[in-house]
Amino acid sequence: MIGIVNYGAGNIFSLTSALERLNIQYGMINQESDFDLYEKIIIPGVGHAGAAMQKLTESGLVPAIKALKKPVLGICVGMQLITSYSEEGDSNLLDIIPVKTLRFKEEISHKVPHMGWNQIYPENDSPIFSKIAPGTYFYFVHSYFIEFNPKFTAATCNYGIKFSAGIQKDNFYAVQFHPEKSGEAGEQLLKNFANL
Amino acid sequence: MLSKRIIPCLDVKDGRTVKGVNFVDLRDAGDPVELAWQYSQQGADELVFLDIAATHEKRKTTLDMVKAVARQVNIPFTIGGGISELKDAEALLNAGADKISINSAAVRRPELINELANAFGVQFVVLAVDTKHLPQGDFVHLNGGRIPTEIQTQHWIKEAESRGAGEILLTSMDKDGTKSGFDNILLKEINDMVTIPVIASGGAGNEQDFIDVFQKSDVDAALAASVFHYGEILIPELKALLKQNNIAVRI
Repeated sequence: MIGIVNYGAGNIFSLTSALERLNIQYGMINQESDFDLYEKIIIPGVGHAGAAMQKLTESGLVPAIKALKKPVLGICVGMQLITSYSEEGDSNLLDIIPVKTLRFKEEISHKVPHMGWNQIYPENDSPIFSKIAPGTYFYFVHSYFIEFNPKFTAATCNYGIKFSAGIQKDNFYAVQFHPEKSGEAGEQLLKNFANL
Repeated sequence: MLSKRIIPCLDVKDGRTVKGVNFVDLRDAGDPVELAWQYSQQGADELVFLDIAATHEKRKTTLDMVKAVARQVNIPFTIGGGISELKDAEALLNAGADKISINSAAVRRPELINELANAFGVQFVVLAVDTKHLPQGDFVHLNGGRIPTEIQTQHWIKEAESRGAGEILLTSMDKDGTKSGFDNILLKEINDMVTIPVIASGGAGNEQDFIDVFQKSDVDAALAASVFHYGEILIPELKALLKQNNIAVRI
């Protein structure tokens, strides 16, 4: 069963709907002891990374998250939280995976936000990208991106610059796109995580 | 590479789709949830629902529909119609809408764009603009093109972008319903002017019109209603043709 960290950063109805369509059981994590109820953990999130980090800190769940040995999946801003730092609000984040979240605008001449379907290319044989072919399209909506890192990048994407569409370190996994909105490919990724 | 998006638009009233839809294997052509699911299976990249009779009394019906769509459909969707306050938008967000589209309420009170963008992020706010070409230039129209304003379209779109609109849905009232192709000249002008995505709307009649709008204006997405609903254009065939023409599409 999957536990979703419920810290108030964005709407999770689409995520829970996707899990229901896939018959994946889930529940909500509101306090530290709830982590014991689940085998896997999802950290969702939309909006401002700094604001999301503040909400997560206020929830009191940060130490427990950093100590997790179970598989964890961060989605969108939930992914950015797992990194060390974001240029959005000059924010220090969980620092679970030592990479940075940077702003697109200074780096590229493309439109920002990066919104729509873009292709990803799995790297480093990350199991959450199992059965997902290079060049598969996923749905992205974001203005900040996670830098490419040869060690921690689990999938790349190109938008004027090559960035991390997925990252992984040990039991921590994270994706920038929205698997719950990415058609069959997104459902495959959620199944991969549920089956870890 | 970021793909160009193909977006069917569904008009709904009291939680039911109103324009005729002509899919062979459809059990209930008026059921927006079933239609949305069909379109997602055909390869639509996104959906837009326009609630053409949205009022406060009917809002609950719309929210029930939005929830049902979010439960069933695995692609993003936008809801437009009757959104004039933050609480309207928040209710739609919580029901699972990925974006909301605002039109006349933003013209009447442009601060609404700032408020929505600050509360929910720019990616949530689509500004829909109905435009008509007049001898003096392009002007914003309200109520489906029936009410002219003195606001110049280009000026309004720049202002909306600076206020926090995350995307522009531009409908040419000169082209809408004519099936004579999108207004590629105006769309190119607008697309070159802004740094947010632009969705072309109004005028789609055949597959070539989609090739033309992407090649000539480089907009991010193209929206149409009847050509999809009546099966005149099938999305898998359209996307295959776009790909043959070196336009990046998700297949």
